[in-house]
Amino acid sequence: MTDNQPEITIIGGGVVGLSIAVGLLQSGHKVVVLDGKDNDARASYGNFGLIWGQGKGWDFPPYAKLTADAIDAWQNFSDNLNELSGLDVSLDQKGGFEFFTDPEEFKSFIGMLEIQRAHAGNRFSYESLSGDELRKQIPGIGTKVVGATFSQLDGHVNPLRFLRALRRSVQVLGGKIRSNTVVKKAKSNKNGSFSLTLANGKVIRSEKVILCAGLGTTKLANQLAFKTNIRPEKGELLITEKLGNKLPFLSSTIRQVDEGGVQIGGTNADAGMNESETLSDMVDLARHAVEVYPALSNVRVLRAWGALRIITPDGFPVYAQSEEYPGAYLITCHSGVTLASLHASILPDWIDNNIKAPNLEAFNEARF
Amino acid sequence: MKPDSKFDTLVKNTKDVNFTLFGEVVTAPKGSTLAAVILSHSGDTFRQTETGALRSAFCMMGVCFECLVEVNGNQNTQSCMILIEDKMVVKRQVGLRQIEICEND
Amino acid sequence: MTDYDIIIIGAGPAGMSAASVAANGGLDVLLLDEQPDAGGQVYRNIKQNETEKNWFGNDYSSGKHLVNAINCNKITKYFNATVWRVEKNKRVIWSHNGESKISAASHIVLATGAQERPFPFPGWTLPGVMTVGSAQILMKSSGIFPKEAVLVGSGPLLYLVATQMIDANCPPKALLETQTLRMMMNSLIHLPKALLNMKSLIKGFMFIQKIKSAGVPRYKSVSRLKAQSSENGSIKFLFLHKGIRRSLTTKLLLIHQGVIPSTEISRSIGVDHSWNKSQLAFQPIIDKWGKTNIDGIYIAGDCAGINGSNAAVLYGKKVATKILYETGKVSFYFYTKQSLCIRTRLFFTNSVRLFLDTIFAVPQEILLPSDETIVCRCEEKTVGEVKLGLNEGICGVRQLKTSIRSGMGLCQGRMCDATIRSIMLHNTSQDDKTILAPKARSPLKPITLGEMSKIKKD
Repeated sequence: MTDNQPEITIIGGGVVGLSIAVGLLQSGHKVVVLDGKDNDARASYGNFGLIWGQGKGWDFPPYAKLTADAIDAWQNFSDNLNELSGLDVSLDQKGGFEFFTDPEEFKSFIGMLEIQRAHAGNRFSYESLSGDELRKQIPGIGTKVVGATFSQLDGHVNPLRFLRALRRSVQVLGGKIRSNTVVKKAKSNKNGSFSLTLANGKVIRSEKVILCAGLGTTKLANQLAFKTNIRPEKGELLITEKLGNKLPFLSSTIRQVDEGGVQIGGTNADAGMNESETLSDMVDLARHAVEVYPALSNVRVLRAWGALRIITPDGFPVYAQSEEYPGAYLITCHSGVTLASLHASILPDWIDNNIKAPNLEAFNEARF
Repeated sequence: MKPDSKFDTLVKNTKDVNFTLFGEVVTAPKGSTLAAVILSHSGDTFRQTETGALRSAFCMMGVCFECLVEVNGNQNTQSCMILIEDKMVVKRQVGLRQIEICEND
Repeated sequence: MTDYDIIIIGAGPAGMSAASVAANGGLDVLLLDEQPDAGGQVYRNIKQNETEKNWFGNDYSSGKHLVNAINCNKITKYFNATVWRVEKNKRVIWSHNGESKISAASHIVLATGAQERPFPFPGWTLPGVMTVGSAQILMKSSGIFPKEAVLVGSGPLLYLVATQMIDANCPPKALLETQTLRMMMNSLIHLPKALLNMKSLIKGFMFIQKIKSAGVPRYKSVSRLKAQSSENGSIKFLFLHKGIRRSLTTKLLLIHQGVIPSTEISRSIGVDHSWNKSQLAFQPIIDKWGKTNIDGIYIAGDCAGINGSNAAVLYGKKVATKILYETGKVSFYFYTKQSLCIRTRLFFTNSVRLFLDTIFAVPQEILLPSDETIVCRCEEKTVGEVKLGLNEGICGVRQLKTSIRSGMGLCQGRMCDATIRSIMLHNTSQDDKTILAPKARSPLKPITLGEMSKIKKD
């Protein structure tokens, strides 16, 4: 540990930026998080809270391994956040389903999971169930469901409380969050540090800069000589009134938040930066929910909205250090919740490039 | 002992609809909103929130969502927005609404 | 492909007026209202009350001709019809008898009126506390009157309902007015203009005289309001009056602090909104014809800014006349003649508005309630919890909501948006320019998954 810890500025106060901030603060750094405006795109506010492994990186082993590591690290991470913030993020890792109403899709997904199991060794396993087997296990499942896959390690967390816990933890650890602070320009200085020009004209200087502003990243990334282009992909969600009893399953498209409301999601569309909800997707999501669990028919939807996912060119995370400006880092992914446990633990080592630094070569920009 | 209604009925219309309200069979005029009948029948509260707080109708125009009761098995129904019907079964809403989760045998 | 020329959402004074003018001009109208019958709030149940004693005054009876005017074969009417989504391309999705329908038109008029301004104080969620408006609805729709009620607050409706109760021989136990002497002083500057609507001022004066003659005790400039539950479901109401802490026990506590525009639909479509400083409410930005920044979407009546039912009738007429002209149904001569006539009448009707807004201003105590006060009724969140959330590095209403869950309940912010806004204004560096109108999303009222799933998309 050197005497003079570098000051790090994280651009982006969503799930990714805040998790990294927690990790860096705990390893002794001085961190400032710059967060944008209230009505910026903010993918983190549309997040489902899934900590999910099945299907992830079935065709890209490094990602499958990263995900498996992240899932393992979540319990410690949750305990850590609870101690720091006083908030319980309601971590629930009792396994999750993917439900299928189309036999072809079911078969195809099983194929993917087989490949995932083959190269994951004992880090990943799953079960496949026919519709009838599923209905024996969970009696209320609809007759249109032809099958499901189940992975014991999958789980979820309360996404909004998780964000709040991260924010509080950052503050408790002495980090600073500056909201309503948009960075317009990022420039490298002669001595290797960086100058960040804000929308209000003020300039902030920082030894290191970590860019994880999700959908706000591209322009700044180009200024710091990164090549990754991020595109938005819209997902729509429905949230229902709170229910007093527990839904007997967790799936990647239907999940009940601990407060009781049921979230239904899983669409994707190319809509640019438009996050309006569409009738077509709302109807599809409602149909899906009612097909999977008919008892949900009488449950009322309170709100529908669109959220923009962050998609890199191949869909996998980017952990990149700028070749031209070594103090600048680009971190972007669309599974910000699952990977958060690693962002708060091993990523600081990677940024410090110390003995414990993980090998994240597979995720740098060279692959594009 | 049920508390008395806080309201007096000054316009006496023919009571021609029979339905079950909070376990009792009552009659009230056709065309009445359910919330109005609940208020004129007794001083009973409409529901209990998730934390056990007692609530009754507040705005009578569909904005506040306080007048929630269970109507014919449908919980979280705004009683100020529906008219009474013969053989309706109305129960108090206690806590969050429940759905029918099929239990494992 | 459109089903109608115009879809009008809301059958109150503005909606009924727009519908009848449009239909008389030859347009096909779809008129939707979520209540069981036409009339909105001000003319609630007017058809059924035709034969009853005139407890409700002449203003109420004058609504009859409007309700009659919408019985015309060019107007297709649906009641108990809940509009839950309106699209920019002028499709309206609405629920009726458990089934959702899609209707399209070349013009949409929003005439959704107003709601009571949330009036939070400790204990405002107790059973036995209701709005003054709700009492009026019960009187008009069900013929039931409070056995014993204390009225508290400010605004014309407070006095109107007090007189209606007096006429029905159920006078209020007491009238507690939050209006202060300072508000009265501040309003004097607007009085000269208000004199142009002398009728309105005289009416108000007569209400107050009637209340005085009936011997209803009045407590002026009350503050530090607090309600507690008492025996048999009664309310013990505590307040400060002339420096002395007093209490009144009553079966029913009826509260009112003015009305604010219902802007859920206009916000959800993406109409621009601005903050009205004198009315302390968001309202949609419209031109003098009621046109918004979205092609084909018009707004009329109190949901565009509070001006009362008489003005609403005129605004409805104005919007319909404009649409008739745009669709070539009326000549330029007719259009300009009508416009001038309506504009003149509106000028006189609205001249009293600033005076009323100032003399019945919202007390600070209601804009910034004490920490123990519940601000989000649905999720049971207090002012104190909201302030705690504001200390955690967030800068806007949207982030606050997701952090605290205020505004995420069944009413989707209708009862708490206004108060949350003023708490934010006071406790952060935000100002009138930076706090934007909250986003509203469909479904605007809760719809079951089953009903949603059965919609035929095309």
